[in-house]
Amino acid sequence: MSLFGFLKRETSSSVPAGQGLDRGILVFENTSEVIRAENLLKTSGWDIKVMGPPPEIRKGCDLVIEFPLIEELRILNILGKDGIRPLEVVPVSSPLLKPVNIFQNKDFGRYLMVRAANMKLTIDKETLIIVNVSGGGCPDIPYLAQEMIGKSLKDAPSPREIGHTLCGYALQLAYEEIKNRCSR
Amino acid sequence: MLAVVGTVPDKDFPMVKGEVTLEDDRIIIQGSPVSIKRGTPALLAAAIKTCQTLGHPLPFGYLVGDTGLGNGSRLLYEHLSKTLGQTSFNTIAFHYLQPDVDWHNRVLFAVEEMKDRPILIADAGFMYVAKMSGEASKYDLFTPDVGELAFLADEEAPHPFYTRGFILHEENRVPELISRAYRHNNAPQYLLVKGEQDYVADSQAIRATIDSPMEEVLEAIGGTGDTLTGIAAALIEGGIGIQEAAVIAARANRLSGFYAGPTPATHVSEIIRYIPRALEECLDNQEARSCLDHAG
Repeated sequence: MSLFGFLKRETSSSVPAGQGLDRGILVFENTSEVIRAENLLKTSGWDIKVMGPPPEIRKGCDLVIEFPLIEELRILNILGKDGIRPLEVVPVSSPLLKPVNIFQNKDFGRYLMVRAANMKLTIDKETLIIVNVSGGGCPDIPYLAQEMIGKSLKDAPSPREIGHTLCGYALQLAYEEIKNRCSR
Repeated sequence: MLAVVGTVPDKDFPMVKGEVTLEDDRIIIQGSPVSIKRGTPALLAAAIKTCQTLGHPLPFGYLVGDTGLGNGSRLLYEHLSKTLGQTSFNTIAFHYLQPDVDWHNRVLFAVEEMKDRPILIADAGFMYVAKMSGEASKYDLFTPDVGELAFLADEEAPHPFYTRGFILHEENRVPELISRAYRHNNAPQYLLVKGEQDYVADSQAIRATIDSPMEEVLEAIGGTGDTLTGIAAALIEGGIGIQEAAVIAARANRLSGFYAGPTPATHVSEIIRYIPRALEECLDNQEARSCLDHAG
């Protein structure tokens, strides 16, 4: 089954997630559950953000969801109805429990590379043409690269439409980040 | 002869097999041209350049169209499981196939039917499935990046989805991850871990690290991991020991990137052109080092 089957619906939340003691993180056993939960919560309008796990927490997979702590019960209820159960809910009560940003940008002058986890997407800042895709060994990556490179950000297909793997999901995050940066 | 097994990112590309040649920026197999911008075609192009530099026969390719859904991969798995046992390749490099444990095991059975056991190399999707099947130790060389190494090292993870570190690379944990992969029998005879610093390791120790030349923009260029695997596979086929071949490949891959004078918009096909020059330099240096070692 396509991983991105969970991601087909448009998300409605565009409010950036806040930082601090009013936030908590949901830890999941696997990234497939994270992606399902992200889609479900964003579709319901929740102010959540996919992040990397804080170093103190060794349980779970590569991604966590940061959410408004005060809404813990309602959020768990929504997820539970869809059969999604986090391994753990952790309040961000200390710097060591703060989730980490999975994005890293590198400015090469004319080119901008955005890295989301293991996937990197590079554009020509003058033309907004995608010039390179790198990282990841999942089976859909050569196809995603082929379909995206040489096209403008506006015209390129989004990885969620044509990808099927965790690397494809990370590339989608890079694609969304670069689009956000370029629309500012 | 070296065989390379992998995919082409085109769902309509038929399953083909045969000697692979290189013309400009395309490989040609059974008359079909394929762009070498990344993936298995880039691996093959790097292997061809290496074979030509060494004066060895060109590689034999098994390719099929697959965009990541697995349809083409399953056709190729089936073909290999029926035919590989009757072949006589010295080295086989498995690459971007959709992971499927059952089909992987059938292919491995076919390999075991071969008269002489070939050297087995795996990268990308086929490396994932080799680990998922619990048969990683039957291989001779894997070429993971740091995230893929984290998956190999996680003895409990049935799939990269369940691994911490698969997409969140932790470069500083490489030595620990290598030991753990070997401790739980999830690694082959040798590992060539590609990253900011490349590592060549076996079950006993990290045998070499390679970190120069360091060309920062290479991080943006897709396919440089594929070329590394291609160079290593062809060097091994050329009779160079696996450990030494991995070290030379890591150096030559970096050097060809350096010689290409890359920008973040450079494609790997532009780097592949410099492999012969880089390899000749690395092989000369290796020979000099070897002479010094013997003299010492």
